[in-house]
Amino acid sequence: MEVRWSIFLIIFGSALVTFIPRVLPIAILSRVDLPEWAMRWLSYVPISVMAALVGQELLMPNGKLEPLQNNLELIAALPAFLIAIVTRSLLGTVVVGILSIMVLRFMA
Amino acid sequence: MNISENTYLQEENSFFAGVRDCLPTVLGYLSIGFAAGVVEKTAGLSIVEIGLISLLLYAGSGQFIAAAMIGANSPALAIIFTIFFINLRHLLMSAAISPYFRHLTPSRNILIGSLLTDETFGVAMNEAANKKRLSEKWMHGLNVTAYLNWFIANIAGGFFGEWISNPERFGLDFALPGMFIGLLVLQMASRKKWMKDVLVAISAVAIVVGVSFVASGSVGIIVATIIASTIGMAVEKWR
Repeated sequence: MEVRWSIFLIIFGSALVTFIPRVLPIAILSRVDLPEWAMRWLSYVPISVMAALVGQELLMPNGKLEPLQNNLELIAALPAFLIAIVTRSLLGTVVVGILSIMVLRFMA
Repeated sequence: MNISENTYLQEENSFFAGVRDCLPTVLGYLSIGFAAGVVEKTAGLSIVEIGLISLLLYAGSGQFIAAAMIGANSPALAIIFTIFFINLRHLLMSAAISPYFRHLTPSRNILIGSLLTDETFGVAMNEAANKKRLSEKWMHGLNVTAYLNWFIANIAGGFFGEWISNPERFGLDFALPGMFIGLLVLQMASRKKWMKDVLVAISAVAIVVGVSFVASGSVGIIVATIIASTIGMAVEKWR
């Protein structure tokens, strides 16, 4: 039930280097009038970052490229994508994804 | 007086609207946060230390890596440096969300940015579609809900972790990719630029896979985001 100094320093240091990139752009850029091309570039960041995260989670679930034939995550993603496109429900997508992977792992 | 009361009510509503809009992510946060708590406990962190890391660092992938490196007795500087790189993608998200908070002072924006995560960023950008600005109260509602949920999940993982041997059997680990899929599709649906967005998304996936052969996953996310956004910007310019 204690906090060791060495652990506290690690937590504090990593919190600090995480905090700075989180707050610096929103604090500074919201004060500046960005040129039109920069705004257009930024408007693609949400799509890019989410797609990269999806790709990483589905194609490399264990840190490296997973062979297609035993990649259950990729199969479970299909109904999740379908539900997302049809219902536009975040919760529905998550629940269908979880149910799909559960069934697939049970059968595998 | 009436007007100010109305504004107050509206802002009050807006905070709880943010809380409500956070609810779809709760399941994902709970399961990932629980898993993080288990890993942190296994790495030898006390419950108080687990509480601290979830409140101060407040980042899923960062906490997993921190726990693994602490468990392996890595030097403090190496851990901090690694986490800096893993969490550097926040730089891009913080920049992308900044145009919607131009009406706030820098110090109030620091408060908003400090609780920015992949998920709250995704939800906020969906809310921002067809809007010029986002409500500060709404954003706090979203952020604080996610933050508390994360803290509770971490603590629960630290306490009960040893009793649940294999959470993967219930598919809960898929809550994270499921959430990213939902956020990606919702984002595209609100923009109605399907062709360009699909091109950008496919580029991002291809780049993240390509980079994984030569560098770590977190570098891949940053490189993919930068190049794919540039592709999007260029394609929009040529049309």
